[in-house]
Amino acid sequence: MKISYNWIKEYLDLNVKPVDLAEKIERTSVEVDGVTTPSDGLKKIVVGHVLSMEAHPDSDHLHICQVDVGEDEPLQIVCGAPNVAAGQNVIVALPGSRIADNVKIKKSKMRGVPSAGMICALQEIGFSEDVVPKKYVDGIYVLPADATPGDAVYDYLGMNDSMIDLDVTPNRGDMLSLFGTLHDLAAIYDQPVKLDQPDVKEDGTAIADQLAVHVDDQLSPQYRMRLVKNVKLAPSPMWLQIRLWNAGMRPINNVVDITNYIMMKYGQPLHAFDYDKFAGNDVYVRTAKAGEKLTTLDENDHDLDENDIVIADDKAPIALAGVMGGLSTSIQDGTTTVAIESAVFEHDHIRKAAQRHNLHTDASQRFERGVNQAGVQDALDAAAQMMNELADGEVQTGTVVGSQNIPEPAVIDITLTHVNAILGTELTMDQVSHILESLGFKVVVNGDTLTVTVAVRRNDIHIPADLLEEIARIYGYDQLPATLPTGRMTMGTLTDKQRLMRATRHSLEGLGLNQAISYALTTEAKAQMFMMRASEPTHLAWPMSVDHAVLRMNVVSGLLDDIAYNSARKVKDVALYEQGRVFYREDGTDRPSEEEHIAGAISGTLMPEAWNQAAKPVDFYQMKGIVAAYLKDMAVNGDVTYVPNADMPEMHPGRTADVLVHGHRIGFLGQIHPLVAKQFKIAATYVFELNLQAIIDMPKQKNQYDVISRYPAITRDIAMLVDDDVTNDQVVALIERRGGAFLQSVKLFDVYDGVKVPKGKKSLAYTLTYQDKHETLVDDAVTQAFEKVSKRLEDDLGAQIR
Amino acid sequence: MSLKDKLSELRQRGLADIKKSSDLKDVNQVRVQLLGKKGPITEVLRGMRDLDAEERPKVGAFANEIRDDLTAALTQRKEELEQAVLNAQLAKETIDVTLPGTPVAKGEPHVIQQIVDQIEDLFLGMGYQVLSGPEVEEDKYNFEMMNLPKNHPARDMQDTFYITKEILMRTQTSPMQARTLEKHDFSKGPLKMISPGVVYRRDTDDPTHSHQFHQVEGLVIDKHITMADLKGTLQVLAHELFGDKFDVRLRPSYFPFTEPSVEADITCFNCGGKGCKVCKNTGWIEVLGAGMVHPNVLKMAGVDPDVYGGFAFGVGPDRFAMLKYGVDDIRNFYLNDVRFLTQFTKKG
Ligand SMILES: [Zn+2]
Repeated sequence: MKISYNWIKEYLDLNVKPVDLAEKIERTSVEVDGVTTPSDGLKKIVVGHVLSMEAHPDSDHLHICQVDVGEDEPLQIVCGAPNVAAGQNVIVALPGSRIADNVKIKKSKMRGVPSAGMICALQEIGFSEDVVPKKYVDGIYVLPADATPGDAVYDYLGMNDSMIDLDVTPNRGDMLSLFGTLHDLAAIYDQPVKLDQPDVKEDGTAIADQLAVHVDDQLSPQYRMRLVKNVKLAPSPMWLQIRLWNAGMRPINNVVDITNYIMMKYGQPLHAFDYDKFAGNDVYVRTAKAGEKLTTLDENDHDLDENDIVIADDKAPIALAGVMGGLSTSIQDGTTTVAIESAVFEHDHIRKAAQRHNLHTDASQRFERGVNQAGVQDALDAAAQMMNELADGEVQTGTVVGSQNIPEPAVIDITLTHVNAILGTELTMDQVSHILESLGFKVVVNGDTLTVTVAVRRNDIHIPADLLEEIARIYGYDQLPATLPTGRMTMGTLTDKQRLMRATRHSLEGLGLNQAISYALTTEAKAQMFMMRASEPTHLAWPMSVDHAVLRMNVVSGLLDDIAYNSARKVKDVALYEQGRVFYREDGTDRPSEEEHIAGAISGTLMPEAWNQAAKPVDFYQMKGIVAAYLKDMAVNGDVTYVPNADMPEMHPGRTADVLVHGHRIGFLGQIHPLVAKQFKIAATYVFELNLQAIIDMPKQKNQYDVISRYPAITRDIAMLVDDDVTNDQVVALIERRGGAFLQSVKLFDVYDGVKVPKGKKSLAYTLTYQDKHETLVDDAVTQAFEKVSKRLEDDLGAQIR
Repeated sequence: MSLKDKLSELRQRGLADIKKSSDLKDVNQVRVQLLGKKGPITEVLRGMRDLDAEERPKVGAFANEIRDDLTAALTQRKEELEQAVLNAQLAKETIDVTLPGTPVAKGEPHVIQQIVDQIEDLFLGMGYQVLSGPEVEEDKYNFEMMNLPKNHPARDMQDTFYITKEILMRTQTSPMQARTLEKHDFSKGPLKMISPGVVYRRDTDDPTHSHQFHQVEGLVIDKHITMADLKGTLQVLAHELFGDKFDVRLRPSYFPFTEPSVEADITCFNCGGKGCKVCKNTGWIEVLGAGMVHPNVLKMAGVDPDVYGGFAFGVGPDRFAMLKYGVDDIRNFYLNDVRFLTQFTKKG
């Protein structure tokens, strides 16, 4: 809501600039979106009086005007507006002036005729199209007849006022009005504020004889109407139009403008009906019936919902209550009798109706937050008074009241001790009670206790904590001391799980992978790739896009998206890991379980080409090395084994292994299937994904010291031919099992399956290291063990030792 | 020629030969020649038999002296030549040290992770626990127990991804507050926790909005926690993340789960508080929301608000990273361009 600085100053004696006032409001009550002064940036724009006008010889729509701008000689200005006429006072941008959007106006010629400046429409000096009175939307604006030529136009149009744009939080509906804002400012600046009371002059017949209202008070706790007869519709006086357009509302006519003005002033939305268009003399406040329709003021048709509150006459709905009036009973040319409605509608109904019909109006915004329920009649009276004063209306005697449940003010007890204990302050009783009183609350002090009667307009204050906020903000947050919590000590330590998760990240970073954070919401197809177990996908009920519609059940597909993003930007070497959750859901349940996973993906190379080395493209074994090193870091207790898996549809069937710890599958690693790479538009990519939760839960080895043997080790190399389907794992397992007591390690140092070995065979070569921790090994003992194991290899695996 | 003269001459000639020798092989030859078993000195010494018993020791001493001199000269010459060989070899081995070093594969933590870790470490140091909750939450914990009953207007402030009517993607990490409050045994001590994690909002992704981002909620509940403690804690956080020069100010705000509620601004990074475009000339930038925990939140979690109370705050690491490093598009955090990920590597 945009609130006028000048308007505020009519009530409070403030000696502050608009920006400083805005800053104060922001620091003390609600956020401020900005401060604007409409005349800012404009230059040399004055009142002109059109002395004469003639048609342009070479144009059928241009006029040549002689305009008095308060100088000795009139200016000749060519103007194309259809509504320009001699005798008008108009807005003139002089040569050398600056109009909206920083446009400079110079002397020029229009179709050969010299033109010294420009006659302006309101839009041309910065008015938004939707606040310009309808009459002037398609032409120039005509200033009042008493304007003085040569004067700057700004004051005539209210453009020197500053508008403070309040961004009101949902709890502070009271700030959506001048009066509400004044109450806050009175407290902030510690000044008394006197608000004017309406003084309505009634005459004519009693309203009760002309109108009856029937109200469901659950829907509308207060419903009041006044009737004003013989109104003369006309444009509002300038001061009123200015208030409206500066606040962002289009002036329409005096009756409608008055309702908008009162809403701005009191925060109470009003609606003006054309009484003569009612079917009958009864008005009903009820919910809509099935099948009812309404055409609202903005000429849109609405199918009403049975939860919509409507105002209806004997026949049909005539307004969507608290949101927008209906077209059929709206104020139009010819309206003479006005029924003014001032009411309170149940906020939840209004909120939903505004959402349902996508009609978020000034009225609905206020009813959603709650209006000042103690001021409903005042606003109604003030509007009636203005219709009498500005539209010559005769206010009929009395108010017809359908419901009048004015809530009791909240009464809250709070102690000074509590205030200081929670705020950390040392405020005195006088300070606290003064703050509360300056907000317009009644305070009774009894010992340490303050009994506070809260003003009804502050419908956000119910409990002592609410009062604490009032005290704190008016006292000033800057004045609060800054301390740290004291009291009982607590230890801040990471849990084992958290430590392992950090260790996981550090380990993988050490191994060359960058941490990625990808989207957990993905497409239905990607969510279901690289599945490590069966699960139902979890869909969002109303996703924003199909790209982010389903919860991921793997981390790898997100990394492939990342690689694709890099690849599309010509970054071909990408090495990423991600630690994040996957979401598995059992059929028949709503809520998925969440499992921590760790995944990695490398495309291109980890070791890019350099002047002294060729690039080494990533391969299965490099990825396996990374996984192995990571698992070693995590010290899982149990053998880690890799078992071929040809059955994952997204993985290369010959280059994929399950990762097992102590025989339990915790994940997989390998090359993604070439078709999947093609689908993601990426090059060959190697990935792994492990169930991190499983790793967290596994028993771990602890670091321990092992004596380093002083006795020399003896090594023996063995090379053998085996069938192609004999695996390294088989050979190593056999050597380890049969290698004897002193075998320390077995290390593969060569694999060869080229032309020098028979078809169907391959050559494997290992170094066996023997050592005795307690004495020097005898060569004979080693030879004996070595021969034994060689024999075993021949017998059990059909190896030919070479 | 006397033996002595012979020896003197031998010395002269020997020293000259040593000097002339040009490589280690030469030196060795000269050594064998001069001091070997068939060399002249041995020969001279052999001739001592013919001398007087009186002369013999003198000549012997002299011969030894000469032998020592020659040995020393040989050693010195050998060292000189070895040094020369070594120098030549080192010269030959000289490389261009300005050529680039061999690349090393090295990964980096994500910039948001870095900020989360920094916040975690700060609060661990102040005795807080780190707790992480489910990303798929119940409406009850995400909203209702945070004092946001169904139909609460403030729910409109947070567009939510629902899965079913009761199950949703958490919009904040505060549900962990409710979950922890429910379980915490206050007789064992105060509750001091932070909960970092990913949260989701039903937003269209653009430079300033992301449907996925991060949050760190903090909560302290005890018997004597004040709003001044909140202010001090936020100040420590700002100093840790941005530096001592950064100041914190509080402004009133509204969150259903806190009362009083505040928004915290910190000194503008860009202008240091003087006022600029980034801070809309205010000198301040809004960075987080906080407040004193609403009594309803405590009550709903079974904690007596007349005895216990405290503060809560919520910070957005994404926003911090954007402000701290001037990142102009939040989507950068989730698209993982390697050229982006590897910019935040400075650890010194
Ligand atoms: Zn700045």
